[in-house]
Amino acid sequence: MTLVDERKHASGQRPGWANEMAAMLDAYQQAGGDPGALQLPEVATLVVSANDVLVAHEIPGVHFEAEPLEHGVKARISVEPGVKIERPVHLCFGVIPAEGVQEIIADYEIGDGAEVQFLAHCSFPNAIHVKHHMQASIHVGKNASLTYTEEHYHGQTGGVEVLPRAEVSVEDGGRFLTTFSLTRGRVGRLALDYVVDASAGALVEMTTKAYGTGDDQISVTEVVRLNGENARGLTKTRVAVRDTAISQVYTSMEGNSPGARGHMDCTEIVRDEAEARNTPIVIVRDDQAQVTHEAAIGTVNRKELESLLARGLSEDEAVDLIIRGLIQ
Amino acid sequence: MSEPLLQVEGLSLKRNGCEILHQVNLSIHPGQVHALLGLNGSGKSSLAYAIMGCEGYTPDSGRVLFDGQEMIGLSITERARLGITLAWQEPARFDGIPVGKYVGLGMTQPDREKVTAALEAVALPAKYYGYRAADRTLSGGERKRVELASVYAMQPRLAILDEPDSGIDILTLGDIAMLVRRMAVEGTAVLLITHRDEIVDTADVASLMCAGSVLFTGSPIEARRYFTTRCIPHVESLGIQPWDKTDPEVQAALASNGIERIGDREG
Repeated sequence: MTLVDERKHASGQRPGWANEMAAMLDAYQQAGGDPGALQLPEVATLVVSANDVLVAHEIPGVHFEAEPLEHGVKARISVEPGVKIERPVHLCFGVIPAEGVQEIIADYEIGDGAEVQFLAHCSFPNAIHVKHHMQASIHVGKNASLTYTEEHYHGQTGGVEVLPRAEVSVEDGGRFLTTFSLTRGRVGRLALDYVVDASAGALVEMTTKAYGTGDDQISVTEVVRLNGENARGLTKTRVAVRDTAISQVYTSMEGNSPGARGHMDCTEIVRDEAEARNTPIVIVRDDQAQVTHEAAIGTVNRKELESLLARGLSEDEAVDLIIRGLIQ
Repeated sequence: MSEPLLQVEGLSLKRNGCEILHQVNLSIHPGQVHALLGLNGSGKSSLAYAIMGCEGYTPDSGRVLFDGQEMIGLSITERARLGITLAWQEPARFDGIPVGKYVGLGMTQPDREKVTAALEAVALPAKYYGYRAADRTLSGGERKRVELASVYAMQPRLAILDEPDSGIDILTLGDIAMLVRRMAVEGTAVLLITHRDEIVDTADVASLMCAGSVLFTGSPIEARRYFTTRCIPHVESLGIQPWDKTDPEVQAALASNGIERIGDREG
């Protein structure tokens, strides 16, 4: 069984589909994905190359509606209320050529009481000048659970501009857990911007990891508003920058209701001529809410470094290992 | 007797204007376990860092010869690649680095079986610990055992073990002692910094440090006796009680030096 045989192009087979699909699968693998998982009939899969929906494979309880735009795709992804999806839903976005623009407008609807994991891989392996803009609207229903893991691979040239933006609302008792990783290859320019509103008893956990080298630019903006009673939020940011890369992390957590608990945790490692900035904003509007933050920005811990040197690693090897450990 | 693998000659070191090592002389032979005893702050760890080449511990004078080659001026990496390594008293924590990977770092050819054997030598089952991160989720004792396992897996020519026994439960002390002996049998020279009798007993030779100087070198029993009879009375006079006087050997040493009244005073 192959994808070519079993998975039809969303708008019907067309010449060149197989080649493009093969290229996307290679890119998917480079981004850390497992192409084999895309071939399993029980796994819901959406594969988008530039503005072409190559695969939209639904399973019971998971639905895709996708339509091409001039430079991308507009997609609605929904999970029916009450269903628990056993295997992660795989999303694969990418641009294979060296130049191009991909705009994804995505609307995620997770029904009340549903449980689902998404594994999204975004790959731009040959990028010289590629723009990838993602505008997502995510709604997590009452007592629903969404785990969204997104991994990027941008090739080695730094010629990618990625702007993931998401507006997320988590209803009462819902869970929204997300991890964004851009730790392999060059970053290029990343401007991540997420805003999350959490209702009563909701849980929000956001982890962001990025490793900038060369003249990469990393900007992370995360705003979590704990609006409901006993809502809980955690942002965890791990960024490393080397050479002349620049990172700017802006996190804001609001405790707006009784019992709301939030914490922001940011660690950044700086080497060479790189620069890292962190701006945590804590806002509390209720005397029974609590929000805390901790941030550590600096070079590699000397003791950690010497421990690895004492095993025979060079300084470069040791620093790289420490950074990769931090952002894994 | 073979030529010394490590020779420290007249080593002196100042930090922040204070002399923390003064004319230190020490020799360790291949396959020998050399215990280094002394009170807290006597310079044991500083000597270890100076031998390893850690930042801020470059000697002001003296020599560190390893297999006849001068080490001063070489980086930590260069010294490690010649066969010297160090297990820190308080090992660093590493986010995201699995224990198994950390243990295998110093091996010339990383080998899963050897990593497993090294972990089991410190009573850490590889199937439970191999994929855990060597981070803050490990207890202090577990992290120290991981550190020892990584030194053992490296098969260095000289292992400097800085208090491998502190924070280790009593049941595991025997494993640590056995591992130290096993390393020696397999050809590794061990410089063993310790306060524990059970661990001192694994040594072939022991030196006693005080105020940055090596006061005495001899058999472990002699060194402990020297410590008991010369150092303890001095410390007792300062009102500090670092040694277990319920130990029959300590009591005997105290008695033979006419200081049994110290025990009486406690009662």
